Amino acid sequence: MSDTDRLAPGATPQGGLGGPGQHAPQCCTVRDLAKTYRTRSRGGATEIKANDGIDLDIRCGEVFGLLGPNGAGKSTLVRQLTGLLRPDRGSVQILGHDIVRRPELAARLLAYLGQESSALDELTVVMAAETTGQLRGLSRAQARAETADVLTELGLEPIAARPLAKLSGGQRRLACFAATLVGERPLLVLDEPTTGMDPVARRAVWAAVDRRRAERGTTVLLVTHNVIEAETVLDRVAVVDDGRVIACDTPGGLKALVDGDVRLDLVWRTEAPVEVPAVARLAERAERTGRRWTVRTTPEEARELVAAVTTGPAFAALDDFTLATPSLEDAYLKLGGRHGGLAK
Amino acid sequence: MTLLEEAPPVTTAAPLAPAARLLPALGAVYRAQLARAKVSRIPLLFVATFQSLGILVMMRGVVDPGDNPAAHAVVAGSSVLVVAFVALNLLAQYFGRLRATGGLDHYATLPVPPASVVLGTAAAYASFTLPGALVTAGVGAWMFELPWAHLWVLLAVVPLAGAALAGLGAACGLLAPRQEIATLLGQLGMSAALLLGVLPVAHLPEAVRWLRDLLPSTYGVEAFARTFTASPDWAAVVGDLSVCAVVGLASLALATRAYRWATTR
Repeated sequence: MSDTDRLAPGATPQGGLGGPGQHAPQCCTVRDLAKTYRTRSRGGATEIKANDGIDLDIRCGEVFGLLGPNGAGKSTLVRQLTGLLRPDRGSVQILGHDIVRRPELAARLLAYLGQESSALDELTVVMAAETTGQLRGLSRAQARAETADVLTELGLEPIAARPLAKLSGGQRRLACFAATLVGERPLLVLDEPTTGMDPVARRAVWAAVDRRRAERGTTVLLVTHNVIEAETVLDRVAVVDDGRVIACDTPGGLKALVDGDVRLDLVWRTEAPVEVPAVARLAERAERTGRRWTVRTTPEEARELVAAVTTGPAFAALDDFTLATPSLEDAYLKLGGRHGGLAK
Repeated sequence: MTLLEEAPPVTTAAPLAPAARLLPALGAVYRAQLARAKVSRIPLLFVATFQSLGILVMMRGVVDPGDNPAAHAVVAGSSVLVVAFVALNLLAQYFGRLRATGGLDHYATLPVPPASVVLGTAAAYASFTLPGALVTAGVGAWMFELPWAHLWVLLAVVPLAGAALAGLGAACGLLAPRQEIATLLGQLGMSAALLLGVLPVAHLPEAVRWLRDLLPSTYGVEAFARTFTASPDWAAVVGDLSVCAVVGLASLALATRAYRWATTR
């Protein structure tokens, strides 16, 4: 029996799509978490609040996302949850264990995929996974057997004997993900796991996550700034901005904040035809990036705008336009995210 | 934000997965580091050996061959220099890079005793040096017309001096605030081992001799140098190796503390 079979007793598989429901037991509880960095410069000491009063509730068996732009404080939060960084104040409970008081227990409850692979770079894929498994407490034979299974599952067998440093970015990321899976843990903390991966590798990652969730009730904490991925794989998402959680809901729930609104993107061939009255009015409120204008508005107004720009001189100047329902990025902007969007 | 849908808390703490035990984890780190060597360390090992062979050739021009203290010091010093290059210099760079790039997080989020990571890595680095040290000693003994009979002493000198130097190297790498400083400390340590180990003691000024006594590799060099005499003073050899062993234990303990510090800042 693996460790995970014994762990997370309440995390019954939910099966199919969707999260574990509201009454699943709590996997991770964070209260009032705060960390301030002090940096010294010539002008004296300055304080940077990496996070400030974070509350989170992650249920067993759900795929929970931390969404936010670069520098929002996601990685600081993850480092606190994995016991790598001691917070100034606040509490972190993972599966009933106090991680602030005993950070060393985190390694026995969760598996962490960080953004860096430098510890494994010069090892072959099979060696990286096997060694990680052994350091996660498996015997050599167990680590070898689990490594073989995970490499097959992720389709990594053809490159198993190659050193990570000689792989492409996406393959290396997948190999590190494989190492994260050897030695089962009830909680997986994945910091941007699919960066640089091709669609096949991405699918392998999410299939592996889904399988563990369905079979063992594994909980996943995913850090991402990829909106599309967040919308498709997450059960719930906390939007992090400037070291605070500014919203926490299902992706659908967050999008409901901007429900009723639609996004109209206009791309002009060269200059926008501001002599057209509708375009002139739009110029005042559209968000402009080069030749692209973006405006968020009601469906009625959007219809009028589309009608206005798809006739006469405006249409002649128009290169492309799209009318779309709101995304998580629109919800983020509506919530007051100050970094001008998520995906960079 | 979760007031309306508060989930029931976990009533009892979930069981913890077992932590990795010291020796199996040490073995895993050691094997992984040796495997790493195949990819990236072999060329550096050649560099380390050629550097020592070059020093032997250079010193042959100023030191007479035969049974004299200067020749003993040159051959013993050059052999132990291979250990200093790899165990001190390269290990300081390795841990410096690991800390700077966030690679230490990988180990810090695994339930592995700090001593396993530090000792396993240090032991692997020390093992890489054995062939180079043996080649250097063999060639040196031939060049300086010294007996080969006691070269086997290197089998004790390399692990003991290696432990002391690797511990220092790892501590430098883990404690240095920046990667470049770790590299600098490693280079300085190796330069010290070179100058203070290879140059015959009789020619050194008093102050430098004190410095020499502080360097852990000195006792490895002295132990090895003593075995080139016609009738070695084995008690003194064992004494020097004991100093090496004590310093080795202390420096590995320091490196383990440095690792704990670096991973839980």
